[in-house]
Amino acid sequence: MTESVTTVDILLWVVLPYVTMAVFVTGLVWRYRYDKFGWTTRSSQIYEGRLIRIASPLFHVGILAVVIGHVIGLLIPEKWTDAANISEDMYHLMAVGIGLAAGACTLIGIALLIYRRRTNGPVFAATTKNDKTMYIFLVAAILLGLLTTLVGSGIVGDGYNYRDTVSPWFRSLFLLQPKPELMAESLPSFQVHAVAGMLVFLIWPFTRLVHAFSAPFGYVFRPYVVYRDRGPHDAGNRAPRRGWEKVG
Amino acid sequence: MRVMAQMAMVMNLDKCIGCHTCSVTCKQAWTNRAGVEYVWFNNVETRPGQGYPRTYEDQEKWQGGWTVKRGKLRLRSGGRLKRLAQIFSNPNLPTLQDYYEPWTYEYDMLLSSPLGDHTPVARPKSLITGKNMKIEWSANWDDDLAGGPELMPQDPILNKIKGEVTDRVKAEFEQAFMFYLPRICEHCLNPACVASCPSGAMYKRSEDGIVLVDQDRCRGWRMCVTGCPYKKVYFNHKTGKAEKCTMCYPRIEVGLPTVCSETCVGRLRYLGLFLYDADKVTEAAATPNEQDLLEAQLDLLLDPEDPAVQEAARRDGIPEDWLEAARKSPVYKLAKVYKVALPLHPEYRTMPMVWYVPPLSPVVDALRDTGNDAEDAGNLFGALEALRIPVEYLAELFTAGDVEPVMASLRTLAAMRSYMRDVNLGREPRPEIPASVGMSEETLYDMYRLLAIAKYEERYVIPKAHAETARDLEELACAVDYSDGTRPVSGPFGEVSGRPVPVAVETFHALKERQTTEVIIPVEAVRVNLRNWDGLGGTDD
Repeated sequence: MTESVTTVDILLWVVLPYVTMAVFVTGLVWRYRYDKFGWTTRSSQIYEGRLIRIASPLFHVGILAVVIGHVIGLLIPEKWTDAANISEDMYHLMAVGIGLAAGACTLIGIALLIYRRRTNGPVFAATTKNDKTMYIFLVAAILLGLLTTLVGSGIVGDGYNYRDTVSPWFRSLFLLQPKPELMAESLPSFQVHAVAGMLVFLIWPFTRLVHAFSAPFGYVFRPYVVYRDRGPHDAGNRAPRRGWEKVG
Repeated sequence: MRVMAQMAMVMNLDKCIGCHTCSVTCKQAWTNRAGVEYVWFNNVETRPGQGYPRTYEDQEKWQGGWTVKRGKLRLRSGGRLKRLAQIFSNPNLPTLQDYYEPWTYEYDMLLSSPLGDHTPVARPKSLITGKNMKIEWSANWDDDLAGGPELMPQDPILNKIKGEVTDRVKAEFEQAFMFYLPRICEHCLNPACVASCPSGAMYKRSEDGIVLVDQDRCRGWRMCVTGCPYKKVYFNHKTGKAEKCTMCYPRIEVGLPTVCSETCVGRLRYLGLFLYDADKVTEAAATPNEQDLLEAQLDLLLDPEDPAVQEAARRDGIPEDWLEAARKSPVYKLAKVYKVALPLHPEYRTMPMVWYVPPLSPVVDALRDTGNDAEDAGNLFGALEALRIPVEYLAELFTAGDVEPVMASLRTLAAMRSYMRDVNLGREPRPEIPASVGMSEETLYDMYRLLAIAKYEERYVIPKAHAETARDLEELACAVDYSDGTRPVSGPFGEVSGRPVPVAVETFHALKERQTTEVIIPVEAVRVNLRNWDGLGGTDD
């Protein structure tokens, strides 16, 4: 950790993460407030029902497992797993096994989904530029993520313990004491994946990915039939809501 | 007892001529937009037939509505956790093939093609892919039994009553029987669509029971499409949100009937209030025997003349003019007093609130064809018994297969015909005819007035929403007019994004003035849209 931290390191491992967080959070709040109508899964199941039956659950379950894997790998310090008598080898075996399985599900899922999007006429016609851009960022992050799993496990190269560098760097951001030097010394594959990941979060609020934040857990607890009142009344016209309006 | 009011509809199938005016005007008003080309909030089906979407009544396949398992009511498609587990891909969602691929024609070719040897043609173009397409199905492809021998055997109702009975349902021209079934959303008391919605975006309005989708809360999980056994919730494939019949609530709120009712050529629709006991709905829907569901549903409806009911209704905040409307309600009379109106598929356990007076005409026609006096009470009663084909079929539609309530309804209608014929021909009226169906002469005459004379103000008894709260009502749901109706707005987040236009184009007061005015309002003065058009003034575009 004696290497000097360059400006590029500061930009990539301090500025970019904080900008991403700021844009992600404010972007989501802004989008939710001004574009509730556009906040949807934009499902294309009605156009095509067979391929999506396999591809969509494969991708979604896979990506959820990947998310859980990231939370464990990035947030739980090595000290804790050591204290729990889980050896480094044990941990990596588990992480790589589950990680590769989840990653493979995700990748096969999204590959099938993109294939479906491209080859099914109606689905392709309903694909926006926004969607296509999002797919590029998402697929890049997933591919690079799989690469890091391979690199980290030693299947490719000599193996790498990212819990010495990447994870502490990630936590340091949230402790508001960023340690860019940790990330600067990690492997290029991890660095590229981290940047790709941040870019996904950066565009997240402005794509259909927002539907992830609508996971309807409340459904389990609420009564079946929902009644709604007219509620208290505000006399006269309601002021138009803020937000951008279409001109012309 | 918790009294709630429900705006409900009755359709008199005897009068339906299958002209589709209701469907067309509804479409013009509500679904004449990109993304909902295939959506018919109102459609008219020829029965026997497959319906729209194809074979929607086959709940083994589509898993709509409710079932009772171990005495408990649950969604047929599965409990809450199962529904959530299937959220990434709904296994019971109809695809566009089950509806139809909407299309337009290349009209411009007719005008802009260069001079040539051949007459230019306007080829059909898919509204989904924009490519040339072959038209193979639509919302009423099997209209008037078209394609009968091939298509009719797939009618889920015919398949249900298979055997000796269906052998007599003939697709041959001379022996065919058919009638039309106009359908809108049932605005059920126990709506399975609302229960299926993971986001809680669908709701039943507590004031009038109209079931709506909050467009701002819908996240496009499409469970409602599966949940509704009538397949009357549709998925807008451009906005990615659910849409359904709104019972023209902006019109209902100011006392105007729905567009489908207003424009019905046969004047066969009735609109009015039911008062019902909301506390007993779930219990009634869980009635073990399917054939007892009709009775359970009727038991939910409270007598608006009963002082105890009125007292409870006042306590539960139902305004006085609404109670008055409930007492005058044509739908209550037809469903509960005369017992001629029956709900569509009570066995789905959703407690549907669009009721039907079953058609007597197929029976009368068949009788006339045999050379008998088709209006004679004795002949008609006998024919009802003998011509069991339509009755069994009707029973599968309206009473979970129990023939008796359908027979009772048809007998009452037959009695009305015979009795009124004597009156109209100046003969001595025969009180034994109404007595044979357990009615007094006065009641039978009242029913005749309601069904045959069918005055506008007797057909539609619609109390206005209270002005002090009306503004909120209008804004509760979002407008469907997010585009100019031809092309979707392409925002940066997808086809449609940003704020929708508020649904209420006119204000409540402007609409009320229009409705009661004696003069034609100049076009410039008030903006009119079709949804609220009442024939006064014009439209501005």
